[in-house]
Amino acid sequence: MMIKTPSDLNAIQAKINAGTPDKTQILVSLGTCGIAAGGSPVAAAFRKNITEQGLDNEYEVIDVGCMGLCFCEPSIELKNADGKSMIYGHVTCEQVPAILAAGLEKSAEGASLVKRSWYYPEDEENTENALQARIALRNTGRINPEHIEDYLARDGYQALAKVLTTLKPDEVSRQLLDAGLRGRGGAGFPTGKKWQFAAAQPKGQKYIICNADEGDPGAFMDRAVLEGDPHSVLEAMAIGGYAIGADTGLIYIRAEYPLAIKRLQIAIDQASDAGLLGNNILGSDFTFRIELKYGAGAFVCGEETALIHSIEGKRGEPTFKPPFPAVKGLWGKPTIVNNVETLANVAAIFRKGAAWFKTIGTATSPGTKVFALAGKIKNVGLVEVPMGIKLRDIIFTLGGGIFADRKFKAVQTGGPSGGCITTKDLDTPIDYESLKALGSMMGSGGMIVMDEDTCMVNIARFFLEFTVDESCGKCTPCRIGNRRLYEILTKICEGKGTPEMLTQLRELGQVIKDTALCGLGQTSPNPVLSTLNNFADEYEAHIFEHRCPAGVCTALLNYTITEKCVGCGMCAKNCPVSCITGSPKTRHHIDQSKCIKCGACMQRCKFGAIEKK
Amino acid sequence: MSCGCEEKESALEKLTRLEPEKTARLTAFIDKLPLGNNVVSNRAHLIVTLHQAQNIFGYLPNEIQQVIADRLKLSRSEIYGVITFYSYFTDKPIGRFKISICCGTACFVKGASKIVEQFCRELSIKEGETTPDGRFFLGILRCVGACSLAPVVMVNERIYGNVTPEMVSKIIADCKD
Repeated sequence: MMIKTPSDLNAIQAKINAGTPDKTQILVSLGTCGIAAGGSPVAAAFRKNITEQGLDNEYEVIDVGCMGLCFCEPSIELKNADGKSMIYGHVTCEQVPAILAAGLEKSAEGASLVKRSWYYPEDEENTENALQARIALRNTGRINPEHIEDYLARDGYQALAKVLTTLKPDEVSRQLLDAGLRGRGGAGFPTGKKWQFAAAQPKGQKYIICNADEGDPGAFMDRAVLEGDPHSVLEAMAIGGYAIGADTGLIYIRAEYPLAIKRLQIAIDQASDAGLLGNNILGSDFTFRIELKYGAGAFVCGEETALIHSIEGKRGEPTFKPPFPAVKGLWGKPTIVNNVETLANVAAIFRKGAAWFKTIGTATSPGTKVFALAGKIKNVGLVEVPMGIKLRDIIFTLGGGIFADRKFKAVQTGGPSGGCITTKDLDTPIDYESLKALGSMMGSGGMIVMDEDTCMVNIARFFLEFTVDESCGKCTPCRIGNRRLYEILTKICEGKGTPEMLTQLRELGQVIKDTALCGLGQTSPNPVLSTLNNFADEYEAHIFEHRCPAGVCTALLNYTITEKCVGCGMCAKNCPVSCITGSPKTRHHIDQSKCIKCGACMQRCKFGAIEKK
Repeated sequence: MSCGCEEKESALEKLTRLEPEKTARLTAFIDKLPLGNNVVSNRAHLIVTLHQAQNIFGYLPNEIQQVIADRLKLSRSEIYGVITFYSYFTDKPIGRFKISICCGTACFVKGASKIVEQFCRELSIKEGETTPDGRFFLGILRCVGACSLAPVVMVNERIYGNVTPEMVSKIIADCKD
């Protein structure tokens, strides 16, 4: 298949769509988490049953990327050409015959239906008042990412064709600026403006880089896009290349994402074979190639100057800006670095127009944001919501509320660079500005929900441990300041805190924010400062009363055996350090000096006779 | 001094003697790279070469670093600097069963630290170490992106989800040579 002109593209798209038989499609979610949860045997069971029952004319099984329903993997969707759809979660191989028998007519007995909570603004009206609007995830979970035909069938590369045939490079950047698309990696800088800066540089070698080094623990939306819809990223990079005058695109991807790497490479090869990457794309004089570059596990490489150094083969240390990469980047040439999710929005904007994009989201933050919901929440997974939605809707409606119906305590947005948001702010419409005002940030979109059993001092310590580990060590405030913050927090968690530490944490945190070299250091005290602001009482309980209210900090806990003890000896038998003594049928006793506070006794006790305080 | 300059055998010779097949694979990979005398453009191939070398050998000992340094015309110190900067690379051999405990935020909130403690107790090693018999390596990694299965433990390619401290001994027992 060679696509040389825009009319070839139209002809091929029409041919693919005409050739699609009128079958019910069974989409099996096979991203990393779907595979880990056992999606592959389910897909195989569908194929086997369809062949055995001779249903080949009625059903077609398609391996797709992540649907975002991580909490009920393996998940599948049945859909037909009329748009009728049914989603099942927790699918097992045994349910397959029942699901095939029921089809789209009724729900299959024994299988659990999942309500679709999203709509696709590009393809349909929001008739059911769905909370999610999927633009970046438009194809993720709906097409086979390893077949370019599936992408072409859904207007793939039409945005590139439109841009190349009807727009001048400067008009491309201006339209993107008009649309108001802002960087989805977290900082929220207008993408069109970034492109304009690079475009304004003198002609010559320039680069566009896709930042796929998703290192924020608890965020996995970029991986979902790369595994589920890699061509959307390639198409957007080509559009960006045309806008700024770059002939080379590089995707900097984590080595920890083997499946995403594999699917991206397949996509690059297919697009190159079809002539959609390479020389004289679609009959124009625009030439563009894309290469993969591997990361090697360094969180700081999400920072654009550090990322560029890493591609150059150096230690990924950031440098001072200006000069910005748009002026002087990779090998000293003008370079644009865009995040995966940002790029996943680009083609849609050029297909539907800037005005359409601005109808979704808020005035200052148009469009949508993908969040990765995780932690103590029922429906762990990916959601793509319009900007301006309330946190309450995300956590309690889309997320289904708190795991095991415990009490909500806080939600951390922005990962290790963000802060926690509490009950009182659950009704704030969220966008870049409002999250910042709450002492957190958009970040890459990780959303970790915490319940009453989470200790906020301990969680702040966890984030600091991460930052200390990942600090590149180049600037003093980050290298030494964060370590001191971490040490203070460790002391507090161990019950060795002193009252002056509260002031020390605030002062030091502020100094690091003001003086660190790059985004990593400038935001690293946020988890400490925001927990101090919102949960001062927990810090005080640790310091003044030597008590951890959530019952997490082991040094402050004591396990004791109450009078409920019947003397069965189960606890003593399971104690790894043999610190429980007592004769049969009498109340046992824990030697506090030897106890390592592992909690094994409490878990084993059938009589609820062990307390932790 | 153990920098190797005094020794008669070069790093490549030593590596070829010890691991002929693996060394051949590595040199074949390097031969295909468009290397020249320009250090700046050679450097761009460093990280991919290290990935390849670690895939082949499992870790990056001195000899391998020296071979790569010679071929890319970079200094050993620079290569060591890069290896120690990135957490993916290691210059120490790791056990046959690489146990990685995810300590991303979601797993942490769901009790990953108790899992780490339990593994340390049962294997009598610390995080980042290999057991003396060379069977088990215990490591921590940041988010495998399977947050719905938190806490997650990976043993080589196999993923265990919703792990509890009680499951630890079973996971270790699952590791059969």
